[in-house]
Amino acid sequence: MPDLVKFTIDGKPVEAAPGTLVIEAARRNGIEIPAFCYYEGLSLQAACRMCLVEVEKAPKLMTACTLPVSEGMVVRTDTPKVAEARKAMLEFLLTNHPLDCPVCDKGGECELQDMTFRYGLGESRFVETKHHVDEKQWSPVVFYDAPRCILCFRCVRICDEGLGVRALGVVNRGVLSEIAPNRGDHLECDECGACIDICPVGALTSGVYRYKTRPWEMEHVGAICAHCSNGCKTTLGVRGEHEIVRGNNRDRSGINGEFLCIKGRYAFDFYNHPERLQTPLMRINGKLEPVAWSRALAAVADKFQEVKARNGRFGVIGSNHTTNEESYYLQKFARKVLGTENIDHHRTGDVAALLGALEGRSGALATVADIYEKKAILIIGSHLALEQPLLAFQVRANVRHHQAHVYVVTEKPVREDQVAAASVRCERGGELEAVEGLRERLQGEPELVILFDDSIQGAAVRKLVEFGQSLGIPVQYVCLLDYSNSRGAADMGLAPGEGGLTLEGMLAAEDLDVLWVVGANPLKSAGLAARNAFVVVQDLFLTETARAADVVLPAASPYEKSGTVTNVCGQVQRLEKALTVVGVKTDLEIAGFLAREMGAAAEMGPWSPERVFDEIRRTVPGYAVSTAVLAAGGAAQSLPLDSAAPLVPHPGGVRSEHNGLFASGTLGRYSRILNAVLERRLERRG
Amino acid sequence: MLYNEPSPLEVKVLTRRFGLPNSASIDTYLATGGYQAFRKALGMKPEEIIDEVKTSNLRGRGGAGFPAGIKWSFVPRTSPKPKYIVVNADESEPGTCKDRLLMENDPHQLIEGMLIAGLAVDAHAGYIYVRGEYRYLIDILDKAIAEAYRHGYLGRNLLGSSFHFDAYTHTGAGAYECGEESALLESLEGKRGVPRIRPPFPAVVGAFQCPTVLNNVETYSAVPAIIRDGGAAFAALGTPKNGGTRLFCLSGHVNKPGVYELPMGFNLLRMIEEVGGGVPGGKKLKAVIPGGSSCPVLTAGECDLAMDFDSVAKAGSMLGSGGVVVMDEDTCMVRMALRIMRFYAHESCGWCIPCREGTTWLRKMLARLHGGGGTASDVSLIGELARNMLGRTFCPLGDAAAMPTIALVEKFRDEFEEHAEGRCRYSHA
Repeated sequence: MPDLVKFTIDGKPVEAAPGTLVIEAARRNGIEIPAFCYYEGLSLQAACRMCLVEVEKAPKLMTACTLPVSEGMVVRTDTPKVAEARKAMLEFLLTNHPLDCPVCDKGGECELQDMTFRYGLGESRFVETKHHVDEKQWSPVVFYDAPRCILCFRCVRICDEGLGVRALGVVNRGVLSEIAPNRGDHLECDECGACIDICPVGALTSGVYRYKTRPWEMEHVGAICAHCSNGCKTTLGVRGEHEIVRGNNRDRSGINGEFLCIKGRYAFDFYNHPERLQTPLMRINGKLEPVAWSRALAAVADKFQEVKARNGRFGVIGSNHTTNEESYYLQKFARKVLGTENIDHHRTGDVAALLGALEGRSGALATVADIYEKKAILIIGSHLALEQPLLAFQVRANVRHHQAHVYVVTEKPVREDQVAAASVRCERGGELEAVEGLRERLQGEPELVILFDDSIQGAAVRKLVEFGQSLGIPVQYVCLLDYSNSRGAADMGLAPGEGGLTLEGMLAAEDLDVLWVVGANPLKSAGLAARNAFVVVQDLFLTETARAADVVLPAASPYEKSGTVTNVCGQVQRLEKALTVVGVKTDLEIAGFLAREMGAAAEMGPWSPERVFDEIRRTVPGYAVSTAVLAAGGAAQSLPLDSAAPLVPHPGGVRSEHNGLFASGTLGRYSRILNAVLERRLERRG
Repeated sequence: MLYNEPSPLEVKVLTRRFGLPNSASIDTYLATGGYQAFRKALGMKPEEIIDEVKTSNLRGRGGAGFPAGIKWSFVPRTSPKPKYIVVNADESEPGTCKDRLLMENDPHQLIEGMLIAGLAVDAHAGYIYVRGEYRYLIDILDKAIAEAYRHGYLGRNLLGSSFHFDAYTHTGAGAYECGEESALLESLEGKRGVPRIRPPFPAVVGAFQCPTVLNNVETYSAVPAIIRDGGAAFAALGTPKNGGTRLFCLSGHVNKPGVYELPMGFNLLRMIEEVGGGVPGGKKLKAVIPGGSSCPVLTAGECDLAMDFDSVAKAGSMLGSGGVVVMDEDTCMVRMALRIMRFYAHESCGWCIPCREGTTWLRKMLARLHGGGGTASDVSLIGELARNMLGRTFCPLGDAAAMPTIALVEKFRDEFEEHAEGRCRYSHA
């Protein structure tokens, strides 16, 4: 640790590490230096001139955002000169800026509004004509209103530096300067909306949220994104218990800071899709008809009792999306009440093999933060930027801030090649060999995080771990997975035990009497061999599987329940219930009611999420995580221990969908914004 | 070609080949001592070259007047990175038109200056960044560069030494901002021409992130004479700390406008009267902009002044880029302020708030005032807005717009106040 630099700000003695910028040092000491263009983590601009401060012996005011601290420096932010400069900058900014805050979408959470209130002149002296240009729509998601733009270039930088997409630039000159897509009139980008969120004013607005509400009409609920496995915290703006109007993470809570991709920011909109199921359905005379919950639950319970009594054959398929509590309760129900080991879920990565190979070694699983901090990253198989957006963001930030070395082993070119120290192309299946070719370079690294997708599974996982151990440096692993609780499903034991059938086995078994599918859609891509099986499906929509069901129970989405989920790195986070959708029940409730109907309530125990999580902490290896951390909205990493149930090796049964940014299984299919973006792209290609 | 008759008062050092037949050709150049300084410099140590330039008191001719030798000495010669020589030929300051003559009439002098700078800092490549509007000069420069390659003054193993040097021309696209050195480098690299955060300065981190010497055309063009005749001889031509001669671009209300090479420290009134032949029509001198449009105006009473960097600074203005704009007694100063602000509002790059918004606001106000729609409070507000820009912009363009405005309002406030009442004593509007 180098010696701290000692200096003063407004007479207050302050210490900071060498190289710290005055604006940061001030912030950390409770002194606000206002700025628009300065943005932590992005390159410096010194364009907005709001952060001008007085520095003793300097002839002019200095920009605190570019000024590194130095020993004995005397900085003043509280002098009349500084106050005047701030007033002047704000006055200049407002000359061409529309003063229509009451109808501006940003009103109430606008940095320009706040700054003007705090530091601005009370009156306007500008009486000339304002420069006006019309608003533009760049994509289904992004609108740009140039007159409101203060040209802080945050959007350009987050897109270039943060996302590596480089979709935005600046056109024209002087007062006519505008932000513009580099493709002319439209965006060709990830549509992540980071540019909108980072915009301090109402220049960039969201096609999903704009003009729907005033910010103060929303309640903000910390949810975990329901789509991919990265587990981003998304703060949902909820209005009146029944409507989500916005998703963002401006408070930087959670493992993702402010990062969200298009799914996390916008694709919550499946919850009120017109086709959302809100009443149970039962097959009556060959047709699915709406029935009351009591009738549907009784019918399912009766069938389960009957099949159980005659020792019939059950198959239970769990979900990649349900909470840990629901997955745990489901497998417990299957094992204890139904007495079957035919339990599985769609496995998208061989996390079981990884946990087995690591043999409980602590610290061997990387966290999302590790991917930002460790000196070297090896990516195997995945197009990270499209399939694991948060992890990709962390990799790029790591390169930008810590000059990490990135190694890529993939079949096709990927965006991570941009920042890679070495990229190797190989046939699918040739990954281990290609990794071996990097041995010498990897050995020279001080530490390494290996991210691998379903190209490495079964015995290959053990070989990869052996390779890692042989490097002689600390190595951590992430087994890449597809969905929001893929990891939890594996950990909770949604996998066949001794003698049990796998997912494929269940679909192929002609003598199956009951198939119970919770939050999954296996019949989308496969047939069911048992023609006479009684099929029960719990889902949000009438999927291919639900259409073949005898009873369909409308389930709550992840935003409509509490509980915990585990992300791709094994980090457990808490879901907060954001809204209520009439007519649906959580999968935990459904299983609980069924247990009661079948007289197994005592055996199953209470079905409140908190009580079930207590049981998980006691019984699931590695899950004795801190509840205090979770309660505070943090992420607690589970230990790399074998999961609750013995996982039968399952060659070929691990299959990632390799969803891009605009797809994510069933939920993605029912997201209107994802579809709108895809349609727009197809039209353009037309 | 030349655009004005020379004056007998001129001291021709940089312009000594002007007027010779085919002055731009390498044959003429070689026949008149060309590339001899480079030959001499090849036998000198880099430090000796830099010392000679320091001794010459050559100060940057682009406008800031920073001592060239000291600037060169900032370049880390031993850096493993390549070093570059960049010529600022983005001559855009209104009132200034000297670099074009130097490139048009004596391009080899510039190339020789670049070569010597290359020897001094161990650079092996140089770029001449020419403003977009000087398209015709690119052809002249490219021809000269090709000649130099043919004659072995560019390329590898020059004059049998181990020294290599390549020269390139690069055209701007018509942006005043790209005359600011860091914006020029951005533009040279193919990016949008906006200034960079400094430090680091170009001497350490310049073109393509490498150490770079960046000087004006006139500065480089003075170097061959300095090496040939010695720094002391060059210094002796001027005043203390202001070595050599200067190309003054005399324009506006004078009988004989033109570019004249005069010793540093030449008296301004004498320049107007004796070199420029006085104010036409026997009118009285009203004011002078001494160094291009960004320099605060001097009233006639302030013009008995030695034209060197320090004396003009002491008088509250700047020697700048040598553009001397003379105004007679019938010049409307509000119109002058408007003309200047139109330019800066048009040329502001848009990077920082005070320049981008301030110049446009001032342009609109001045247009209104000049058109008779002003109010009493406008006059103070104009001054105040200019002061709000001054010293707070990202690059000197903001100051360049603010300084002349402040001076015009201060020194000719009565004219502004008359306009606010709807009157103009020159009734040209």
